[in-house]
Amino acid sequence: MERKKVIIVKDVYKTYHETKVPVKALRGVSIDIHQGEFTAIVGPSGSGKTTLLNLIGGLDRPTKGSIVVGDTDIATLSDNQLIDFRKEHIGFVFQSYNLIPVLTAKENVEFVMLLQKQPKAKRDARTAELMAAVGLADRMDNRPSELSGGQQQRVAVARALAPKPTFILADEPTANLDSKSTADLLDMMAKLNADEHITFVFSTHDQRVIDRARRIITIEDGKVLKDEWVQ
Amino acid sequence: MRQILKLATRNIWRNRRRTLITAASILFAVLFAVAISSISKGTWDHMIDSVVHYHFGYIQIHKKGYWDDKTIDNVFDPTSVAALVNDQALASQLVPRIESFALSSFEQATKGALIIGIDPEKEAHLTRPDTRITEGDYLEPKDDGVLVAEGLATYLSASVGDTLVLISQGYHGINAAGKFPIRGLVHFGSPDLNKQLIYLGLEQAKWFYGTEGQITTIVVDVEDADELPAVISTLRASLDTSLYEVMDYKEMMPDLMQAREVDTASSDIILLVLYFIIGFGIFGTILMMLKEREYEFGILKAIGMGTVKLNIMLWLEIIFLGIIGCLAGILVSLPIVFYFHQNPIELSGAMAEAYEKFGVQALLPASTDISIFLKQALVVFLMITVLSIYPMFKLAKLKPVEAMRD
Repeated sequence: MERKKVIIVKDVYKTYHETKVPVKALRGVSIDIHQGEFTAIVGPSGSGKTTLLNLIGGLDRPTKGSIVVGDTDIATLSDNQLIDFRKEHIGFVFQSYNLIPVLTAKENVEFVMLLQKQPKAKRDARTAELMAAVGLADRMDNRPSELSGGQQQRVAVARALAPKPTFILADEPTANLDSKSTADLLDMMAKLNADEHITFVFSTHDQRVIDRARRIITIEDGKVLKDEWVQ
Repeated sequence: MRQILKLATRNIWRNRRRTLITAASILFAVLFAVAISSISKGTWDHMIDSVVHYHFGYIQIHKKGYWDDKTIDNVFDPTSVAALVNDQALASQLVPRIESFALSSFEQATKGALIIGIDPEKEAHLTRPDTRITEGDYLEPKDDGVLVAEGLATYLSASVGDTLVLISQGYHGINAAGKFPIRGLVHFGSPDLNKQLIYLGLEQAKWFYGTEGQITTIVVDVEDADELPAVISTLRASLDTSLYEVMDYKEMMPDLMQAREVDTASSDIILLVLYFIIGFGIFGTILMMLKEREYEFGILKAIGMGTVKLNIMLWLEIIFLGIIGCLAGILVSLPIVFYFHQNPIELSGAMAEAYEKFGVQALLPASTDISIFLKQALVVFLMITVLSIYPMFKLAKLKPVEAMRD
């Protein structure tokens, strides 16, 4: 049975006009991402992988082409609609963790659910479940500054998962982590992917991430160079 | 909303140095604004208070035309005025005077003097000259002596027990001359009064000027300036204004009031400049905060925090800073203002002479009127509220990708 497509990127172009010479970051990229994929977008610096991730995440708009998430062409949404769309459908994991420094680990995980106006009991249960899933049930009340880089990134994954998004976008999630933290984080993500069929899309240089991915999309000069499935 | 409030309050204390710098700039804005306003108001209140309480009183009644032509011929019968005032309580507050001029002489020295014939008891309640006796005694009822201002006594080299000769022109051109023993010396805060005033008993003054029982002035003994409008309207309704003039202190001191207006306007301009300078300082700190936290705001937008909520959070942070700064400004300015209220700045040289021209001491006391503190804190707070609009526009336009890239 064919799995459901959660992201359809169709003939997407992105040109930046912030410099004297326009920079063509993406030139006609088309890819489909299915439910439950564990996909890495790879390529050298400046190849356009972060641009593609930003476009899929609704953080930026394509110059041309369409990006359909679920049933919505996100290129047609207004800025405020995009904020709501991201809140409901997309989980982000950033390279620098980007937790809210003044909130505890628990409050960080709970944050997006609060924005979604979920009831307290539901929030508490989901936070406890996710903190346990990322192995930090005993660090709920610690602020980010009291956690290691690996722990912060795990909290960031829990935060991304909290609102039950359609998929998780992770931009270089292991770039600032040591080997052990990277292995732990990838184990945890792979488990969530296997057990709960959560879709993960990574942008990465990290061979350790690439080795764990089941699909590798290679981008170079703004074009898809290779798209291969790993057995 | 609770979450936003929590974020805002915690954010304030996240970067203590930034918070302290911003709060300090607001504190200084309030402090300087309060200092300028309270010195300005305190100085003018002191000036007007000196003139009102040492001499004029808040309200005076004269024969119509007296104020423009202060001659001893413009006198009236005080009993007719008292009878016309319907309000019994008010009638008892009428303090009669004869005010005119005379040449005062002692031995070889002669000087022009302002003569005020007073009812010692009533005047003691009104302008309290009895409390300003520096030597000798206050006048008894029906006393035939005089009280001489210290400065004038010094000029004449006269002292208590000496006899002063007064020469003037009396009612309807009669010669007025008399010898009056000095009962006491009086000190006036107003340098102008201190060098020319002589108090005579009212009956002595009537005799001296030959006014046949008439007087030049009735001062209305009003306790509180707030009562003035009501008292004035009662008096004007009771008296025939074609025969009498009822004047309040503002009408009697137009130069002083005009000078106050000019000075208040220039203080307001200084305050406005101060608000601009401080406003730009605070605005700079807000811009710095906005730039420093652009990445963070980008992240919050990226994970789904709407622009409105983000704006409310930042607005609350700025407003909290404003409240902290304004309260601290009030707290710091209170003891300073109270100190300068108790220990006024004393001017000297040309500045002092300029003040003395208005007949007041060259002192700059600070006013402790609480409304100054509240008003200045409110103005600064409103300024911050207005300044907080700009970051809202910036946040509304903020693109998460650009913010996170920067």
